[in-house]
Amino acid sequence: MSEPLLTVKNLSVDFHTARGTVNAVKNVSWSVGRGETLAILGESGSGKSVSANAVMNLLDIPPAEIVSGEIFYEGEDLLKVSYEKHRALNGKKIAMIFQDPLGHLNPVYTVGWQIIEMMTAHGRPADMARARALELVTRVGIPEPEKAMHKYPHQFSGGQRQRLMIAMALMLKPDILIADEPTTALDVTIQAEVLALLKELQAETGMALVLITHDLGVVAEIADRVVVMNKGEIVEEGVTRDVYHNAQHPYTRKLIDAAPGKGEIKLLDKAAPLLLDAKKLCKTYGKFAALKDVSLTLARGQSLAVVGESGSGKSTLARTLLRLEEADSGEALWKGRDLITMGRSELLGVRRQIQMVFQDPTQSLNPRMSVYQLIAEGWDIHKLMPDRSKRRARVIELLEQVGLSPEHVDRYPHQFSGGQRQRIAIARALALEPELIICDEAVSALDVSIQAQVIALLDGLRQRLGISFLFIAHDLGVVRDFADTVIVMKSGEIVEYGPTAQIFDAPQQPYTQRLLAANLDPDPDVQAQRRAALIHA
Amino acid sequence: MADLSLAKTSAPTAHGPSLLSMLWRDKLAFISAVVLLIIVLFALLGPTLLGELAGDQNLRGRNFPPFSFDRGWAFFLGGDSLGRPMLARLVVAAHSTMLIAAGTVVAALTIGAGLGLVAGYMGKNTSQVIMRLADVIMSFPSLLIAVVVLYVLGPSIPNMILVLAITRIPIYLRTTRAEVLEVRERMFVQAATVMGASHARIILRHILPVVAPTLVTIATLDFAFVMLAESSLSFLGIGVQPPDITWGLMVAQGRPYLNTAWWLAFWPGLMIVITALSLNLLSNWMRIALDPAQRWRLEARKTKNV
Amino acid sequence: MTKMIGQRAIASLLSLLGLMILVFFLSRLTGDPAVLFLPIDATEEMKQQFRALHGLDLPLIEQFGRYVLDLLQLDFGESLRKARPAIDVVLEAYAWTLPLALITMGLVVTSAIILGSLAAFNVGGFFDRLVSIVSLIGASAPDFWIAIVAIVVFSIGLGWVPTSGVGTPMHWVLPIAVLFIRPFGLVVQVVRGSMISALGAPYVKTARAKGVKNLPLIFVHTLRNGMLPVITVIGDQAAALLNGAVIVETIFGFPGVGKLMIDSILQRDFNVVLAAIMVTAVAIFIMNILIDLAYGLLDPRIRN
Repeated sequence: MSEPLLTVKNLSVDFHTARGTVNAVKNVSWSVGRGETLAILGESGSGKSVSANAVMNLLDIPPAEIVSGEIFYEGEDLLKVSYEKHRALNGKKIAMIFQDPLGHLNPVYTVGWQIIEMMTAHGRPADMARARALELVTRVGIPEPEKAMHKYPHQFSGGQRQRLMIAMALMLKPDILIADEPTTALDVTIQAEVLALLKELQAETGMALVLITHDLGVVAEIADRVVVMNKGEIVEEGVTRDVYHNAQHPYTRKLIDAAPGKGEIKLLDKAAPLLLDAKKLCKTYGKFAALKDVSLTLARGQSLAVVGESGSGKSTLARTLLRLEEADSGEALWKGRDLITMGRSELLGVRRQIQMVFQDPTQSLNPRMSVYQLIAEGWDIHKLMPDRSKRRARVIELLEQVGLSPEHVDRYPHQFSGGQRQRIAIARALALEPELIICDEAVSALDVSIQAQVIALLDGLRQRLGISFLFIAHDLGVVRDFADTVIVMKSGEIVEYGPTAQIFDAPQQPYTQRLLAANLDPDPDVQAQRRAALIHA
Repeated sequence: MADLSLAKTSAPTAHGPSLLSMLWRDKLAFISAVVLLIIVLFALLGPTLLGELAGDQNLRGRNFPPFSFDRGWAFFLGGDSLGRPMLARLVVAAHSTMLIAAGTVVAALTIGAGLGLVAGYMGKNTSQVIMRLADVIMSFPSLLIAVVVLYVLGPSIPNMILVLAITRIPIYLRTTRAEVLEVRERMFVQAATVMGASHARIILRHILPVVAPTLVTIATLDFAFVMLAESSLSFLGIGVQPPDITWGLMVAQGRPYLNTAWWLAFWPGLMIVITALSLNLLSNWMRIALDPAQRWRLEARKTKNV
Repeated sequence: MTKMIGQRAIASLLSLLGLMILVFFLSRLTGDPAVLFLPIDATEEMKQQFRALHGLDLPLIEQFGRYVLDLLQLDFGESLRKARPAIDVVLEAYAWTLPLALITMGLVVTSAIILGSLAAFNVGGFFDRLVSIVSLIGASAPDFWIAIVAIVVFSIGLGWVPTSGVGTPMHWVLPIAVLFIRPFGLVVQVVRGSMISALGAPYVKTARAKGVKNLPLIFVHTLRNGMLPVITVIGDQAAALLNGAVIVETIFGFPGVGKLMIDSILQRDFNVVLAAIMVTAVAIFIMNILIDLAYGLLDPRIRN
């Protein structure tokens, strides 16, 4: 490892929130050298972004307070330099890119203007900045760079926006680039491209890269060294491969074990009776075909996963089956009766049997209803459990079934963490004793360790209660662990449909192969092999 | 940071502190609430207790200057042009002022929010008709319409409520509709649909409770606006007519005496400012207090102080 | 764009038609102009002549028909009070109201944007509290009362400015100052709220990470985003001013369109009332188009 370029030493930051003081990070130290990639790995709330924000002077003080520590860059403590001096370093010597490029680009200015501003803000002449901007926009692979400079952020795709952010960050050839979850919102194939671009640019410029992420796969793909953070403290650090294969701290081991996609693949139980049989479902919005002749079958107790990237039509499929959208044509037989043409009263009966768990429990739970009201509402609608005294007992039973405790029954959704909220949503679905639960990205918003718990919970319910699952997801690892049949979708069409083992071990279609190849494995060695294979090919 | 919030939520009560204790912690809002309470008491009890005193004409007390107890406490704020005590008249005038504003706000809120819920939840056609209607009302110069209508129908308190309410309906209608359009797309409404909830249930149980705090907040603010509109009409002489009195009318009656007795117009105007300011402050507080996602800002100050 | 203007024009025309019908018939119910305009001892014959001269003896529906026919030839009728074309009387009044509205709104917008933005940048600080309290008081005060208090203090007490009328620039000071207060209070609050949320937006973080200085951070990166909700409120306030500041114009004896409308209603000068309403409607229509254009100019996302 080369001489450290940037060193964070014993940094402690408190947040004085209205609920009291929180130690966001405690005694955090790390450093990064020229040409090196350091990953800061952690789940939400681990404080993984705090030290980087301190480096960039982006913490809001108050509520944040830097209790102790030093941040050395070129022999100076960044925490002690003047505001003006720090501002002059930002962007010029140390640049930063963020998770959500749509939000982080100013919506009302052209991307060209924003990229050029990086240089003009540091006193460079505008014509020089324009030439450099055009060069970089071309370099990061934006088609028609001249025209692109005059477009606005909303006119680009997610991956292109992140490329533009990268171009902006590199305008002044910074020594250090800090990337905060740069690929989290992107599809896997796009994620692979953006990571590859970052690596190429690092090799060209020799800059240090600090990558903040929650994703072991990203760490395995790109990082030389990694620091693992939990509850504001660094619990482990070292060379990426060593940390993966020889983790010392129990938290790191738990994190590695929780990474999906490693277990045995389930085998399909062919004897089960057919529950849902959809044929040739079609749905268009104007000229855009969201579903094209989609057919599928699902038997009792089975779990069928639908995977695909954004815009593949997988959510439209779920919404169509639930009659949240009306299909244009096709049929979906639920125990022999067509869901698509069913009348209101019959549909009401079926609504009891098919439940849904949404992606974001923060939004799918009414913020003004207590846990009891949320779970019991279905009984009101379907006039079940008339005996009110039994209801409370049943709610508590359901809460325990999903791993929550009885005292949670009168609380409100905002008093829970994301994982707990999703458990409430699952309890609500279970209250009506459904035969099918449709999960629309039900675990994608959760941390890896929570994700693993929720998947285990759903799998337990499937085995014990014989509930079927239609599982919409973009994360292949999760699908591999949970599903026994997989549908791969692209642009509203089914690309490949088969048992999980076949899809993962012997994919037939090029698109499925590409999807699997772009999916990052948490094992650095596996990723290294894949890269080597790619170069050979 | 999501997990940080969880760590501290094991408070003994699920609802957190009561609204009252949250109000106590925001001193400005608390004072506003007390002021409004006093004014409401004036409005309810004023005419019964002080009605006779306020109408008692006394030529010796004409334009009696304020800040003196020589003629008793009722003349502390001076006497008016007919020798009636200003203080008693201010208290009595609260009755009609509040009655008109409250009547207008309740009428406009009920009709506007009802139409807004329908326009927001139902299909495009119903919505279009209702919204165009609102546009038409909005594009009317409201003060002018009020002047014309009151001129024709005759100025009386029910007519004033009618005219003012019509001009305020679009505010509630638009706000409700905009909120409903947004709330309707939220996942928990879809979750209720998936469970089989009826339209009525979704509107009443899921959408209305989410929209209601915004409506209450706006109604508070609007109360101040209506009060100002009423006083403008009364000031122009087409609003409330004597012997009824409102603060706006009192300002108008005091206007000819500006040179000699400033207090005739000054005190009632000050009452309007104080009431409107209190409503504004309370409305600002409500915006935070009635939103569970923001309420902790107010709750938390306690733990810090103790 | 043209399609949108067209739709708006149709909607405005419809509401204008409704307004015209309402005002035409309601105003006819207010009483007989002949009684008001002729001396008390005028004979019934003279009154009849007066009515016949102004077409007031015809059935209401025929009066309306004639009015509409004349209107289609851009003839707004005569002012009974001034014996001149009604439209001339109205445009004359507008020549006073328009500069009053423009100057006031100009001052409101500039000061509200600067003060509101700075308050938002310094949330919870002394300056922020000061701006908040001042704007709340401004939004709570009735304009007729402020006008009266201002006259007592600045005209009668200090003698700095004239009490009413027009003629010198000093005559404009009090009307503008009084008209300024309420819109200022309202707009400042909206600017402040909108800028607080805009300053919390992720793109502001990006700008800080780029090393952008504070002033361009507030007034270039944030303000253009923060202005979007403000524009609507500015439009509402400007519309109110274009309707004529009835009360302030009355108190200060300012010969604008608000005072003209009130005087005309009270004196049953129907043609002037209707002409004033229509001219105002056109002015507000043009302003709404300008507001929409401003939206498109500020936010590229809504241009198509």
